[in-house]
Amino acid sequence: MEMLPGQPLPVPTVLTQPFWDGCREHRLSLQRCLGCRRFRFYPTAACPHCASPDSRWEEVSGQGTVYSWIVARKTYDPYWRNRVPYVCAIVELREQEGLFMPGLLVDVDPSEVRAEMPVEVVFEDVSETVSLPRWRPRGAAAGRSG
Amino acid sequence: MAIDGASIAGVGWTRYSRNSGASVEELAVEAVRAAADDAGLDVQEIDGLVTYGLCDTAYSGVVGTSLGLGELNYFSDHTAGGNVACAVVTEAAMAVATGRAKHVAVYRALNGASGIRYGGGAWSQMMATTSLFSDAEPQFLDTCGLTMPAQHFAMLARRHMIKYGTDHRDFAAVAMTCRNHAALNERAQMREPLTLDRYEASPWIADPFRVLDCCLQTDGACALIVTSDERARDLRKPPVRFRAGASSGHAARGVMWTNFAEDHSTCYAARIADRLFAEAGIGREDVDFAELYDCFTYSVLVQLEDFGFVPKGEAGAFFRDGQAALGGRLPVNTHGGLLSEGYIHGLNSVTEAVIQLRGEAGARQVEGAGFGLVCAGGAANSGSALILGAA
Repeated sequence: MEMLPGQPLPVPTVLTQPFWDGCREHRLSLQRCLGCRRFRFYPTAACPHCASPDSRWEEVSGQGTVYSWIVARKTYDPYWRNRVPYVCAIVELREQEGLFMPGLLVDVDPSEVRAEMPVEVVFEDVSETVSLPRWRPRGAAAGRSG
Repeated sequence: MAIDGASIAGVGWTRYSRNSGASVEELAVEAVRAAADDAGLDVQEIDGLVTYGLCDTAYSGVVGTSLGLGELNYFSDHTAGGNVACAVVTEAAMAVATGRAKHVAVYRALNGASGIRYGGGAWSQMMATTSLFSDAEPQFLDTCGLTMPAQHFAMLARRHMIKYGTDHRDFAAVAMTCRNHAALNERAQMREPLTLDRYEASPWIADPFRVLDCCLQTDGACALIVTSDERARDLRKPPVRFRAGASSGHAARGVMWTNFAEDHSTCYAARIADRLFAEAGIGREDVDFAELYDCFTYSVLVQLEDFGFVPKGEAGAFFRDGQAALGGRLPVNTHGGLLSEGYIHGLNSVTEAVIQLRGEAGARQVEGAGFGLVCAGGAANSGSALILGAA
C-alpha cells in the first residue's frame, strides 16, 4: 500500500513495542494484569486498577462498540488536514466494561455513526513494517477508506 | 487544611490581541509590572514567581531577570495546561502563608494567536516531547487523527449528549452568554452580539464543535500579586481574600486522553467540589458568580453540574433560561470567558474574579459580589478551583 505523505507513524517504546508487533501480525493485543486479571489500554508500567507491575500481552477479540465519536472537519495537522472529514471514536472493547481505545473509524458515512454501534478492528498496512489498527462497522464491506 | 492569611493584592494585563508584536517575555514583564503597579508595590519587592504553560510561556528565570528581581525566594515553572490555572494561585498562597516568600507574582504570557497555536503541527511535536504525556500516549493519538484539544473535548461533549440529551443549543447558549458579557468588557476581543443563527452558521471544527464552541486563541499576558492579608491591607487596593483552593489530579488517568475515566461525561469538579466549599466554609448558595473554565463551550456545562449548582444534564437549560447571565441566579464568565475575552489559559478568569470582588467591574459588575468561584479544567482527569472573597 502506498504510504501517504507525512502519515504519522508510531514511535514505539519498550513499553509499547509488543502492541505494535501484534498489529504488524494483524492481531490486537493488550496488556493484561496478572494480579487483578483486568486488561488495560494504553500501555502502562503498572496496573491502574490494582498497581500490580506484573502483566502479559494477550490477544483480544477486536470487537467493541462506539462509546463516543467526533467528526473531524478541520485540523491543522500537516497530514490529517488532507483527510477531513474523518471519524474518530472511543471504542469500548467487548472484553471488559470501561476498556477504551481511541481509533479511526473507516468504511463509514459520518452521518451514520451512532452510540453503541458495533465495530471491529481492521489493520491498515502503512509500510513494510508498520500496521495501524482501524475500526469499521461490524460486517461492513472492506475497501473504502475513511 | 485551609490556608489562612493570603490575599490577592494586585492584578495586571497587557492588551489582548491576535498579534502582539511583542515577545512572550516582554508580555510577561509588562503584565507583572502592571500587577505590581495596581497593588502600589515596587516591582523589585516581588520575591516569588509562579507560571505555567506548554513550553509557550516565559519562565521565571527569564522574567525575574528582566524585572531585576535578583534572588527569588520562591519560584515554580509548571509544564501544564489550563487545568492548573487555579492551582498556581493556591500554590502562591501556600508560599506566602508558610513564609517562603512575601510577594509572589503569578502570571501567564503567550502569543497563542501569532505564535505557537495549539493543535498545529509544531504544537503536536512539542506535546509529544514534553513529559506531560506518558511515553505511550502520543503514538496512539497522532496515528488515529486525534491531534488537537477541540477533538478531545468534542469527544467528551458527545458522551454528554449521548447520556443526557444535551444538544448544540445548549453549547450555543454558553457562547451567547459569554458574548453578551464580553460586550461590557473593554478588554474582550469578541464583543459583537451573537445569535443562534450565527452560531449555527459558524464552520465545523470537530463535530459536535463549531468554531464558536472554541476559545479565542490570543496574544497577551495577565498577572496577579499574592501576599499576606496583613501586607495586602497596607497596599493600595482592597485585598481579595484567598478562601479555598482545591486541585484534582487523578492518578491512573491520562493527561489529554482520559482513557481510564469511568465516565467521560463527568469532570474533575465532582471530586473536589465538596472539599472546596467545606474549606471556604460556605455553601453553593453563597457564591455570587462563577468563572468556569471555557476552553470549549461544553466544559462550562459539565463544571456547572459537577460543582453541584444544577443536577446532571440540566446545565444547558440553566444557560438557555438566562440564569447564567448577569442578573441571573449565578452569573457565569462575567468577562466573556476564554471564548470571548480571550485565551490567557484561564488565569484571566482569576483576574476577572478579583475585579468583581473589588467592585471595579463597571457595567458588568455583579452587585454586592462577596464570593466568587473560579475553576480550571473540564475533562475527567485533572483540574483546580478557587473560592475568593471580598475584603
